[in-house]
Amino acid sequence: MREQVVRKHHHEPLMHIAKRDDMAWWKAWLIRLAAVLIALLFVGVISVILNGGVFFETYGTMFRGAFGRLGSGSTRLLWKFLQETAILLGISLAVTPAFKMKFWNCGAEGQALIGGLMSAICMMKLSDSLPYPLLLVVTVITSVAAGAVWGVIPAIFKAYYKTNETLFTLMMNYIAMQLVAYYAYVNAIPAGSGQIQSIDTGHLPVIGGQAYLLNILVITVLTVVMAIYLKYSKHGYEIAVVGESQNTARYIGINVKKVIIRTMLISGAVCGLIGCLLVAGTDHSVNANTVGGLGFTAIMVSWLGQFNPGIMIIMSALIVFLDSGAAKVADTFYLNGSYADIVAGIVILFVVGCEFFIRYTVKFRHAQKEVDA
Amino acid sequence: MKKILAILLAAVMLLGLTACGGDQSDDTMKVGFIYLHDENSTYDKNFMDAAKAACEKMGVEYVQKANIAETNDCYDAAVELVEEGCDIIFADSFGHEAHILKAAKEFKDVQFCHATGTNAHTENLDNFHNAFASIYQGRYLAGVAAGLKLNEMIANKEITAEQAKMGYVGAFTYAEVISGYTSFYLGAKSVCPTVTMDVQFTGSWYNEQLEKDAATALISKGCVHISQHADSMGAPTACESAGVPNVSYNGSTEAACPKTFIISSRINWEPYYEYMITCVKEGKAIDKDWTGTLQTGSVELSALGAKAPAAGTAEKLEAVKTGLMDGSINVFDVSTFTVGQKTLTSYKADIDSNVEGADTEVIANGIFEESKYRSAPYFDLRIDGITLVNEKY
Repeated sequence: MREQVVRKHHHEPLMHIAKRDDMAWWKAWLIRLAAVLIALLFVGVISVILNGGVFFETYGTMFRGAFGRLGSGSTRLLWKFLQETAILLGISLAVTPAFKMKFWNCGAEGQALIGGLMSAICMMKLSDSLPYPLLLVVTVITSVAAGAVWGVIPAIFKAYYKTNETLFTLMMNYIAMQLVAYYAYVNAIPAGSGQIQSIDTGHLPVIGGQAYLLNILVITVLTVVMAIYLKYSKHGYEIAVVGESQNTARYIGINVKKVIIRTMLISGAVCGLIGCLLVAGTDHSVNANTVGGLGFTAIMVSWLGQFNPGIMIIMSALIVFLDSGAAKVADTFYLNGSYADIVAGIVILFVVGCEFFIRYTVKFRHAQKEVDA
Repeated sequence: MKKILAILLAAVMLLGLTACGGDQSDDTMKVGFIYLHDENSTYDKNFMDAAKAACEKMGVEYVQKANIAETNDCYDAAVELVEEGCDIIFADSFGHEAHILKAAKEFKDVQFCHATGTNAHTENLDNFHNAFASIYQGRYLAGVAAGLKLNEMIANKEITAEQAKMGYVGAFTYAEVISGYTSFYLGAKSVCPTVTMDVQFTGSWYNEQLEKDAATALISKGCVHISQHADSMGAPTACESAGVPNVSYNGSTEAACPKTFIISSRINWEPYYEYMITCVKEGKAIDKDWTGTLQTGSVELSALGAKAPAAGTAEKLEAVKTGLMDGSINVFDVSTFTVGQKTLTSYKADIDSNVEGADTEVIANGIFEESKYRSAPYFDLRIDGITLVNEKY
């Protein structure tokens, strides 16, 4: 019976997958939105199974965890949400030129941390000897420079000796963490505790009474600059070509070594700047946890955002929403910290998975028209 | 397909609506807790269990924020708890202090309590408080149990009196840890005079592998008994597989280590929680710096292990405990230890944690008065008989 069918249809399989022509942008976004919604429904079901609670309560709690009680007119958590989104976006922007060049910069954590360490050192050691405006300038410059150095070392080795940049940048993270731990140990407040509790001097200025506004503004500007740099500058073009094919790049006369080193200088420098915003702007102290793994989350944001700063804004916001919302659910229903990871994991799986339906189409046997995803 | 999308969109709007509602009831008192990790860490679990018990007993609401790093996250968590309507906010980790302090300065009508911190008595705010317990008493008692075990091993000719060497896995070379292992050692020495001790630091409060490795290294160096001041199961499990008796911390590890578990000391936070809740309920001021003791029920010993402890341990512990409570026994009695082969008569400790360093005389009437001038430990002397294997952290 089966054989007959197969013969009749000239060995056409039940279904096959074909690359889709360009889909209308709004259709693609509808699919992505639907994927997130389905994922969230899934999350709701899992939450009900885990805590035996009410289905809708999960979502209410998630919203409250991410944005606070907006109904009561309080915007504090909203500011926190914007701050976290901005910092994550900032580091994601930093790694993007490198990733677009197919240079696997897994060292954003360390590059930001070493920038933060330099900020802390300036704040602690130079505040007596430099006037405040000069101190700020020195703090920012040294932090950016430290990040750039941390980024360029693996790039030089990659360009000249073809070392594996993934391992190299990863290892540089640990060096940065140990340096921070060592510095905190030696300069601990209180002495011997191994921690710097709080640095009172050299803070970045607070704009408009909102502690996080400066960071948000800086990263807004950074987003625009990075979008222009990647899309319209000659450097951005060179990065794209080197990423696609180094041979092509060489053939058309691009100095690949130079592009690799220059791009990592920029990537590391931006990380260093974010480290400075974190330490001098927000935390006013430094420890190995200051960047808190954002250097790795940023890699995911960069990829999910398809190296497009605009989409990366949405992805950063989504991830921060999931993290803070799921943490709130975990705390409210006494689930443990892994719950937040599970939630984020599910949603990201759906978001990544839906790209398949945007780029490809499943054609069934007999089907005359494309199956609507 | 479009229909499905429409339905989904409608669903999300519904969700958005329900999200805006929210329950805001401010009549009952609410306590917010900030934890460094979640219940997988014995340190945080100890606080969590006490919070649940105390709040349920006192009939107050409670909320928690777990996995809060010692960064600005802690300040944000405190702000969130204020928004939730908490009247008291408690944070459990040393590194939370600066961030809690920042929140306390901003929200003057919320009480902030912080375990293990040192700054409340110098900051002198009406709504910021430190708390700790005289856990050195508990460790001293646990040390007595360890010493009795060593005596039993000596009597059974398993070791000679000179081989009675204990190992101790510590986190950092910091007063809290030094005070802890010294009191433990003095407890053991009070019953087994020949005992010596090696201390190895891991440089981390929670690192299972490092703690396990440190315990194993100490055992291979001839330590016949292990104890620890770090939060994972690393050292106890290393002892269980090597068959070396272990005095644990933060709660019984008997279930995982039935052959080698002797006893464990821990701080019970319930009395403090009840105290702070009662203060706020009655409108009284909370102590700037509160120290729990054996008397308040803050210092607790677990049940003895079934197999490992020496005979007669329970009776001896009861006697020593009575002595500690009535003051006839003092843990840091300067006649029981020497520093650089000399008996101490005077020592200035750094109580105010400031750059000037040592500021307060802490020896009086032949006793080093630990936890008297502030709740967080400040005994940081290196006494004879204890060797620090490393000190780089």
